[in-house]
Amino acid sequence: MAGRGKAVLSRIAQAVPVIFGVIVISFILTRALPGDPAVQFAGAMATEESIEEVRVAMGLDKPLWEQFLIYLNDLLHGDLGESVSTGQPVIEELAKRLPASLELTLFALTLSCAVAIPLGVLAATRPGSWVDQLCRVLVTAGVSLPTFFTGILLIYVFYYLLGIAPSPLGRLDFIYLEPPHVTGFYLIDAALAGDWEVWWAALKQLILPGVTLALFTLAPIARMTRAAMLSALSADYIRTAKAAGLRPGKVLYGYAFRNALLPVVTTLGMVFSFALGANVLVEKVFAWPGIGSYAVEALVVSDYAAVQGFVLAMALLFVLLNLLIDLAYSVIDPRFGTAAR
Amino acid sequence: MNQISSDPILAPAEPATPAPAPKSSGTLGHIGWVLRENPVTGLAFAMFGVLIVSAIFGPSLVPYDPLATDAAATLQPPSAEHWFGTDNLGRDVFSRVIVATRLDLVISVAAVAISFVAGSLIGAIAGYRGGWVDTVSSRVLDTIMAFPLFVLAMGIVAALGNSIANIIYATAIINIPFYARLVRAEVNIRREAGFTLAAKLAGNSDTRVLSFHIFPNALPPMMVQVSLNLGWAILNAAGLSFIGLGVRPPTPEWGIMVAEGANYIVSGEWWMALFPGLWLMLAVFTFNLMGDGLRDIVDPRRRT
Repeated sequence: MAGRGKAVLSRIAQAVPVIFGVIVISFILTRALPGDPAVQFAGAMATEESIEEVRVAMGLDKPLWEQFLIYLNDLLHGDLGESVSTGQPVIEELAKRLPASLELTLFALTLSCAVAIPLGVLAATRPGSWVDQLCRVLVTAGVSLPTFFTGILLIYVFYYLLGIAPSPLGRLDFIYLEPPHVTGFYLIDAALAGDWEVWWAALKQLILPGVTLALFTLAPIARMTRAAMLSALSADYIRTAKAAGLRPGKVLYGYAFRNALLPVVTTLGMVFSFALGANVLVEKVFAWPGIGSYAVEALVVSDYAAVQGFVLAMALLFVLLNLLIDLAYSVIDPRFGTAAR
Repeated sequence: MNQISSDPILAPAEPATPAPAPKSSGTLGHIGWVLRENPVTGLAFAMFGVLIVSAIFGPSLVPYDPLATDAAATLQPPSAEHWFGTDNLGRDVFSRVIVATRLDLVISVAAVAISFVAGSLIGAIAGYRGGWVDTVSSRVLDTIMAFPLFVLAMGIVAALGNSIANIIYATAIINIPFYARLVRAEVNIRREAGFTLAAKLAGNSDTRVLSFHIFPNALPPMMVQVSLNLGWAILNAAGLSFIGLGVRPPTPEWGIMVAEGANYIVSGEWWMALFPGLWLMLAVFTFNLMGDGLRDIVDPRRRT
C-alpha cells in the first residue's frame, strides 16, 4: 500500500510543472495581442491618458519577467482581469457559468459511455456480426460529423419537424423559475428542492445538446473499447480462465472487461479534450449559457481578458480531469504503483 | 505532397543490388489487393478527386456568382434552377458550397503542411540528439497537449488577431505535437541502427544521415497521419469560422455558411445549413477513409 500511496503522490506532483507550463502559455497569449495590449485593454473609447493609465495599472511598463510575476500573483488571488464588455471580473462570470457547461459535458459523457462501452464490448465478442458493422459505421461517421452541424440537424428534426423538443434556447424554458442555487446543476438542484416539474423541464432542454455532444464522443470510446476487448480476449489469461472451466460471464466481465477498461479510461482523457472544445460549438448552437458561449460572445466584441481567462480555465479544468483519470487508474488497476519502474 | 507519396517506401534502407522490379510489383499488387478487398478506399480516392477538381475549377464551373445577391429570389427551396436553394440574400447555395471548397482545402492543407514540416524538424532533432533538446521539446509539446486543443486554437486566434492566416497558424500549432511525437519515436528507434552507423562510417554528416537515411523511414506513418489530420483540420477551421473567427461573412466557407443557415433552421429553411454541412462532412469523411485505406496499404498489421 505504501508503494501505491507514493505513486499517487508522485502523479499529483507531476501535474505541477504541467500547470506551470499552461500558465506560461496563457501569459504569452495575453501578451501577444495584436498591437499594444494596453490599447486593447483600455477599450475602444480610450484616450492617450487612459491608455497610459492602463499600461501602468497592468504593469506593462515593467520588464517581462516582472509582468509574469504580477500575473502569477493575480492568478493566486483569483484575479483574471475584468471583462471590457460587462465590466465584471472575469473569474466571477466564469464561476457563475461553469456549472452549466459542466452539467452539459458530464451528461453527454455519461450518455456516450453508456452507449459506446456496451457497443464496443458486443462488437468485440461478435466480430463480423451486425453489431460489429454498426459499430464500424458509427465510429467512422462519428469522427466525421461536425458537432455544430449535428446540433442543427437535431434541432430541425426534433424541434421544427416533430415538435417534441423544447425551443433550443438555454437551460430552462422561460415559464419556469430557476431552482434554488445549491450546486448550480439544475438537475441536482431541482431534485434537491423536490421540484420535479422543473427537473423534467431542465432535462428536456438538456437532451438535444447532450445527444449532440455524445454523438461526437461516441466514436473514440467505442473504437477503443472494441480494440481493447479484442486484445484482452486473445490474451493468455483468458485462455487459461476458459480452460479452467470458469463461466463465460465471469471470463468476459470479470477478467477480459476489467483489463480492457484500462486503455478505455486512458482514452477518456483525450475524449475530454475534444468534448471541452466541442462544448463551445454546442453551446453556441443551443444558446446554452455556459463558459463556452461566454467566450464566443467575448470574442465577437474583442474582449481579450475574458477569452484568455476562459482558455486558462479550460486548460486547468482539463489538467485536473486528467489527474482524476490517472488517479482512477489506481483504483481500477491493482498493479498501480507496485510494478517495477 | 506529390513527391512524398511517390517516394519508395523502403528505398533508403534497401540495398541497390536486388532487382527493383519484383519489389515494386509486389507493392503495386498489395495496393491493388487492398483496393479490391476494401472498395471503400477506392471510393474515398475518387471523392478526393472530386474535391480537388471543385477546388481548382469550382469558380469557373458553378452556374451563379457566389457573391451575387438577388432580392427577387430569397430563401427559395431547392429547385431545378437553384439545386441547393437560395439564401436570405438570394445567393445560390450550390455555387457557394462548391466555391468554398478551395478556401477550406487551402486552410487545412496549409495548416497540415506547416505542422508536418515544423513537427518533422522538431521531432527529428529531438529524436536524433536526445538529451536536453529532447527533454525541452517534449515538455513544450506536452504543455500544448495539456490544453483542450480547439480551445487553445481559439485563444491563439484571439491573441494573434482575427484573420484567415491566423486560423491556419493556430490549426498548425495544435497539430505539431502529433507529428513531432511520431517522428521522434521513428527516429529514436533507428538512431543506433546498423544502416545509420554504416552511413555515418561512410563519412556522411549528421544532417545528411538524419534527413536522407533515417527520416524517410518515418514517411509512411506520417502519410497516414496527414490524411487523418486533414479531415480534422477542416473540422477545426470550420468550427472556428462557425463561431465567427477568421473568415468574414460575404466569403463563402462551409463553417460560416452553416452558421448563417443556423438562424433560419428554426423557421424551417433547412437547405441553407444542410448542404454546406453535408459537404463539410463529406470532405472529412473522405480524408478519414483515405487515412484508413493508406494505413492498410502502408502498414497491414495495424488494421483495426
